[in-house]
Amino acid sequence: MGSLIRQMLALASMNIRSIPQRFWMSVSTVVAIALVVAVLLAFLAMGNGFRQAQSSAGAADIAILMRDGAQAEINSVVSHDQAMLVQEAPGIAHEGEKALVSPELYVVVDGISRSNGLRSNLPLRGMTAIGVALRHNIRIAAGRMFRPGTNEMVVGRNVVREFSGFDVGQSMRLGQTTWTVVGEFEDGGTVRESELWADVGTVQTVFKRLNSFQTIRARLASPGDLPALKSYVSTDPRLKLVVQTEQEYFAEQAKQSSGLISYLGWPLAIIMAIGALAGALNTMYSSVAARGTEIATLRSIGFGGFPTFVGTLAEALALALVGGLVGIAAAAFMFNGYTASTLGANFTQVVFTFKVTPALCVSALALAFGVGLIGGLFPAIRAARQPIAGMLGEQ
Amino acid sequence: MNQALLVAKNLGRRKLRTILMLVAILIAFLLYGALESFQHAFYGSANSAAADRLITVNKINFTLSLPVSYAERIRQVKGVTHVAYQNWFGGFYQDPKEQLIMFAAEPQGYLEVYPDIVMTPAERKSWLNDRTGLLVGQSLAKKYHWKVGDHVPLSSNIYSRSNGSHTWDFTVSGIFTDPNEKAREGMIVMRHDYFDESVTFGRDTVSMFMFTTASPALNDSIEKVIDSGFANSPDETSTDTAAAFNRSFTAQLGNIALIISLVVATAFAAILLIVGNTLVMSVRERTREIGVLKTLGFSGGAILSQILAESLLLALVGALLGLGAATVILIIINKVLTGFFGSLLMTWSVFWHGVGWAIVLGLVTGFIPAWSGLQLKIATALGRR
Repeated sequence: MGSLIRQMLALASMNIRSIPQRFWMSVSTVVAIALVVAVLLAFLAMGNGFRQAQSSAGAADIAILMRDGAQAEINSVVSHDQAMLVQEAPGIAHEGEKALVSPELYVVVDGISRSNGLRSNLPLRGMTAIGVALRHNIRIAAGRMFRPGTNEMVVGRNVVREFSGFDVGQSMRLGQTTWTVVGEFEDGGTVRESELWADVGTVQTVFKRLNSFQTIRARLASPGDLPALKSYVSTDPRLKLVVQTEQEYFAEQAKQSSGLISYLGWPLAIIMAIGALAGALNTMYSSVAARGTEIATLRSIGFGGFPTFVGTLAEALALALVGGLVGIAAAAFMFNGYTASTLGANFTQVVFTFKVTPALCVSALALAFGVGLIGGLFPAIRAARQPIAGMLGEQ
Repeated sequence: MNQALLVAKNLGRRKLRTILMLVAILIAFLLYGALESFQHAFYGSANSAAADRLITVNKINFTLSLPVSYAERIRQVKGVTHVAYQNWFGGFYQDPKEQLIMFAAEPQGYLEVYPDIVMTPAERKSWLNDRTGLLVGQSLAKKYHWKVGDHVPLSSNIYSRSNGSHTWDFTVSGIFTDPNEKAREGMIVMRHDYFDESVTFGRDTVSMFMFTTASPALNDSIEKVIDSGFANSPDETSTDTAAAFNRSFTAQLGNIALIISLVVATAFAAILLIVGNTLVMSVRERTREIGVLKTLGFSGGAILSQILAESLLLALVGALLGLGAATVILIIINKVLTGFFGSLLMTWSVFWHGVGWAIVLGLVTGFIPAWSGLQLKIATALGRR
């Protein structure tokens, strides 16, 4: 047994050390595998970044109420009366006498994309000071918060980064009113950084939505109070609203809209991997052919068939490992942190950052190893089965 | 013994190696064919809108509404021929997660502004006469197995009915095709009067006006007249050609053209390396033979063209197999994703460009081995093992 392992190690290291003799063929396999891995990682990092921008935005102790069947904030309608009724609901946290309830209006306005100069949908959210307080993680990065009753707005950091005209101090016309950007806020790269915020009363007036809202957010006294709020809403026929936590809402949004990106990455990578596999097989078959005499010699001095098999497989896996690592390095260098935007479930731009994570790298490496394994398996079987006499006599 | 036979013999000498190279080439062209066709379908429908069709939306953003009364003022602008308007309905059939591309439109004007949509005169008449009538694009009708005359209940995730219900009852008046704008075949159109009389809010407002002009040359001036006419009113407008509007909308989804180009370029780079290296190796193995051929009187040029013919043949056969596979896959995707991207088909333009790329690939991969074959000295060749 010990000798078998020694044989395998000896042949594996010999084969791997002889790779430079087949330098260009080996390089082509390594590069092909690296390219496949990089493409896969780029798609996975894109899907992951898009999902995280949304799913990390949701809090478990914030309830969000929308019209039944609305699916997304943009489709919902909530009346002033409904908003008043929710103020009285059980399970909601209070600050002094005030219920922490934020009726909000969500309208879409144009921004000009910095990358292509075209008009893009951006969400303008009208809310009160309570609404701002319900977003616990935000931080004003520049300027200050908007003042109630004014045409002031604050904008998310990602809006400033991707769209022109939203720097602090700049003004813009929306309809017949002029708005001034007074502040820029950060929220850890979440979808909130793709929003514009302003006073709800002003937005209602300018967009002719007097006494109408789109959604209601409320801080729960504790996450366990959701059932109480739900049953209050479902027993009042005037409240045809769906209640869910912000966390549930954003998780669903992320799932719905990141589907296409995630579904594309794997099929594309697997198809490309088949091409790389063809290359790997060619390299390994030619490696076996080139080492024909050597293998026969080793066999005739007592090396077994199985160690020969393992030795060849080890060479293929070594090439796959190098290819995988090069691919990961390339993807991390080129794509990690890259910012892009696309339309989210609310029909507005969601700015997100590509995120290459260790878990994704493991998946990508697994694909590389799969190529190495299959690419090495058949040539290794051939190497192990090669007739000794024939190979030695041939030349 | 002629040259063609030598090329065939060389490719057949190591069948497995040749097959593996063909598989690698096939994969690259499969990706190229499928992704380029997708891109054509995606951007093609955006660009195929008639040049004389303009769209007016709210200047703040196209999701905001405009008063329906603007239709009259647009109609009076000199050079405007037909005017239609529509409202986004947010419709769905049974499953609220499967959003329909559904609009409520004024029927008479709609048929005038979109004269290219194909259906029978009876279907047209029935839509004009039936307030609850629906026009359904062919691919969507196929997806839900709807036929003319079917009664279908549809709901909206935006609007509710003044009678308290959430469902509207419709009758399918017509199923249409649109050869010029395939993407429209995934749409559904209800009548605006039915919408207006039944919703709890949103009456007398529309999402956009679509209108035709007497000549595309007038477009610019008409755009200016309309937008300046509504300037400083409570609802300012933004007018553009339908094609430009579609382009800016598809751009909002992301730079899909760039992503596709990168993936295809990556696949080609990988295949270039694999096939190029394998050919170099295969010619190296034949060094002595090439020496023998030269001794027999074959010129360097003959050897060069022989090796190039080999690489070109390989690239072309691989490319044809790949483009063929792409065609099959597109047909399958088309069946599964009915109507999502209009019609996803391999076009001749994509095909011939693919053949062009195959020739480039064949020449590039064959060049180094062919050149070394040309340069090879007989003495060295026969001496080398």
